[in-house]
Amino acid sequence: MSTLGSTEVLLRELAPQVLGAVVRRYGDFADAEDAVQEALLAAATGWPAGQQPDNPLAWLIRVASRRMTDSYRSDSARRRREILAASWSLARTGPVTGQDDTLILMFMCCHPSLTPASAIPLTLRAVGGLTTREIASAFLVPEATMAQRISRAKAKLKASDEPFTLPPPDERAGRLRSVLHVLYLLFNEGYATSNGPDLARADLSGEAIRLTRGVQASLPADPEVAGLLALMLLTDARRAARTRSDGELVPLAEQDRARWDRDLIAEGVALITGALQRGQVGEYQLQAAIAAVHDQAARHADTNWPEILSLYSLLERMTGNPMVTLNRAVAAAMAEGPAAGLALLDGLGERLGDHHRLHSVRAHLLEMSGDTATAITEFRDAAARTTNLREQHYLTSQAARLAAGL
Amino acid sequence: MRFMLLQNYGEVESDCPPMTEWSPGDIRAHIEFQQALNQELTERGELVDAQGLAGPEQAKFVVSDGASAPVITDGPYPESKELLAGYRLVDVETAGRAIEIAAQASAAPGPDGVPIRQPIEIRQVLGAPDPEA
Repeated sequence: MSTLGSTEVLLRELAPQVLGAVVRRYGDFADAEDAVQEALLAAATGWPAGQQPDNPLAWLIRVASRRMTDSYRSDSARRRREILAASWSLARTGPVTGQDDTLILMFMCCHPSLTPASAIPLTLRAVGGLTTREIASAFLVPEATMAQRISRAKAKLKASDEPFTLPPPDERAGRLRSVLHVLYLLFNEGYATSNGPDLARADLSGEAIRLTRGVQASLPADPEVAGLLALMLLTDARRAARTRSDGELVPLAEQDRARWDRDLIAEGVALITGALQRGQVGEYQLQAAIAAVHDQAARHADTNWPEILSLYSLLERMTGNPMVTLNRAVAAAMAEGPAAGLALLDGLGERLGDHHRLHSVRAHLLEMSGDTATAITEFRDAAARTTNLREQHYLTSQAARLAAGL
Repeated sequence: MRFMLLQNYGEVESDCPPMTEWSPGDIRAHIEFQQALNQELTERGELVDAQGLAGPEQAKFVVSDGASAPVITDGPYPESKELLAGYRLVDVETAGRAIEIAAQASAAPGPDGVPIRQPIEIRQVLGAPDPEA
């Protein structure tokens, strides 16, 4: 992944503020978003290094506004738009800050009427300031396809008549859950992509962290927002140790912990500690707490498995998610022996289906219990069912290792 | 000129066992070979895309008449060796170069480094009319 130039970093930071200002002035989110995208592209190509305008924010707002005016002039529906714009300015209330705009935009882009597959690219463009081309290349689809996905998402938003303000207080908690879910999926897409040759797509995880930092800056007192950010930091801290030089997967137990990012771990641990003290435990906080326990063990053998087991039990009660039960089975095996873990797997197939993770966990636990022959079969079954190329290599190699008596 | 280089499951000319029965070192050597080939094609400016497909266990066949509910057949299939396992899409100067790449891919190493002689199907991708013609 190439490192971003200072202009790109600045443009991405300014993007939501520019968009907020233009939407407020002209009212039409979909058109404003296109105009801001054009202004960002003009800046990216037209600002030579060291020659940024004195006030980049004002420059971008001016250029985007000019594009809006130009398109209004040439648009036969001008009158309708003017009426719309007038209604928007009436709705404007009080002074707004850049942080408010980021949050309002996040709520819009992660609107419950959108599927995550449309919400994610729209968020990356409107809030993240990425270009359509960058988003398309991160998701390995042609640029035209991604452009269509984004414009269909905007058409859907337009149809839902969402006002450009924070959702009313009684809806806010539910809407925030949608935002956090989209950010969580974006991070995972970057961390363990399911459809590409690269196990980790650094850009997407990095963007997810940056956007979550933005939400956290707007809502510093929300423990689940802090929990999600902590979860991302504590997971991302292991990135360098997670892949071998040839790109193959290294499981947690075998990672070189000296290569974990201590600064990210310290920041994540501080965040999750503060969040848990507020006493409103949620699922992101629990997942972050589990990641923190792993990250704080100097060696894999030092892992506090009873603590992890009790956190997974809480998480299972809260979510009822069979994938959590699967993780609890691993923790139970580590804390109390493989038989305890294998017992938890019984009947899980009915809830999970023929999932590759169920086969791979069973394979690991069977290996622990000494049943090598069945473990080999389970590793092969898992390899046949995963859709991640790196995981497939890893699982096939595990089966081969056991078969060779290594 | 663009060509698809296609490879199917299990259909190899040598009598080599399925990969799940290879030694860990042989598996690693095979994967490294495939990665190195993709790297070489990328550096030559010829690789457009290379993907492996999820296994035949997850394959489905769908037939629909456009009116009634579609007929969906799930795997596993007895004829799974006829299913596509993966492909490379290359953009090359000549058809001869596509054959060269296919030959390289076909000779991927199997157990003890012996080439598996996997048949590679070469299909030219239809493109826009040549403006020079």
